[in-house]
Amino acid sequence: MEHLFNIFIKSIFVDNLVFSTFLGMCSYLAVSKTVKTSAGLGIAVVFVLTITVPVNYLLENYILKQGALSWLDSSFSDVDLSFLSFIMFIAVIASMVQLVEMIIEKYSPTLYSQLGIFLPLIAVNCAILGGSLFMQQKQFDTISEATVYGFGSGIGWLFAIITLAAIREKLEYSNVPKPLRGLGITFIVTGLMSLAFMGFMGIKL
Amino acid sequence: MKNKEPLFSKNNLKLITNPLSKDNPITVQVIGICSALAVTAQIKPAVIMTFSVMFVLALSNVIISILRKTIPAQIRIIVQLVVVASLVIVVNEFLKAYFFDVSKQLSVFVGLIITNCIIMGRLEAFALTNKPWLAFLDGIGNSLGYGLLLIIVSFFRELLGAGTIWGYSVIPEYFYNLGYENNGLMILPPMALITIGIIIWIQRSKNKNLIEGK
Repeated sequence: MEHLFNIFIKSIFVDNLVFSTFLGMCSYLAVSKTVKTSAGLGIAVVFVLTITVPVNYLLENYILKQGALSWLDSSFSDVDLSFLSFIMFIAVIASMVQLVEMIIEKYSPTLYSQLGIFLPLIAVNCAILGGSLFMQQKQFDTISEATVYGFGSGIGWLFAIITLAAIREKLEYSNVPKPLRGLGITFIVTGLMSLAFMGFMGIKL
Repeated sequence: MKNKEPLFSKNNLKLITNPLSKDNPITVQVIGICSALAVTAQIKPAVIMTFSVMFVLALSNVIISILRKTIPAQIRIIVQLVVVASLVIVVNEFLKAYFFDVSKQLSVFVGLIITNCIIMGRLEAFALTNKPWLAFLDGIGNSLGYGLLLIIVSFFRELLGAGTIWGYSVIPEYFYNLGYENNGLMILPPMALITIGIIIWIQRSKNKNLIEGK
């Protein structure tokens, strides 16, 4: 349990998807104009990451990895399909996003109308594919670790986009040099936030 | 087809030169930022990343442009993802075979070319409505614009952060004896963001049309 909590905290603060690996930057910069919309996108990202990371974990460990197919027959033990992982992961993500969209539409129309426009965009958000690729690299032992990692990374992303949106709302009223307005100052603010997050580096719980 | 345009007419060349400055994918269109930040600590990975993106973007632009009339609109994203993912697998296997150390350094970012917004953005905005040759030029132009920015950023980060260019040290020993030190902060992620912020600042103060807001 303690171990899982450690992974959770680490994926939020130390390995934050935005600040330490720059994943999901495009939508992070484009959508963070107001807190409300960015919260919507953030929640959708948490949702999709929590589902796709464990699914891809199963895929990786029971189909793609070298020797992963040995549960079928011992003669498959030296089959290595890991070169297919990109295309498999992206297929899982795209179909999961579609599935999640349909389920939400059926059971919670209010949530659907809030997330609506963001869900299809998520399939091509690098944070989602990045989550799965980092999961592959970190080689977790159990599926619960992978799930917690996915959930934690999502929360970290949500946290980052909401803070940036809050800062940008305030920036509207400040006197920024003209050429720096908009995109430029957003980059610099994100850089400073990322510097602050460096303080969490190397923390062990 | 009497008035067939020459292959390198003025308009076609614009497709290559525009993305280099006033329509730069990173600083103006704001696409493809994730990888631009992560791979720019040194010049070598940045250059290899540029070529990988160029290969994937130019070829996927051509393929999607050839298929543009047969792809049903509802499932176009999946079709695009499959085309791009297959090309990225080719690049990844190639890098693993011939540039193993760089491919280790780039780690997940080669795979992330699939969801690099630059690819999807250009496919959606250009390849779906244009002929293959134009799409090819557009792909080359945009990846050059992307590469240009990557190389500028990585040049400053490597020079100030490690005192080297392409792995060769360029700052004379003499400077270090006088008390000059490499700024380790430049290698760390936050400075990539701030460097790009400053480049945007310089570009926009030169070209007033790009300034946002009032």
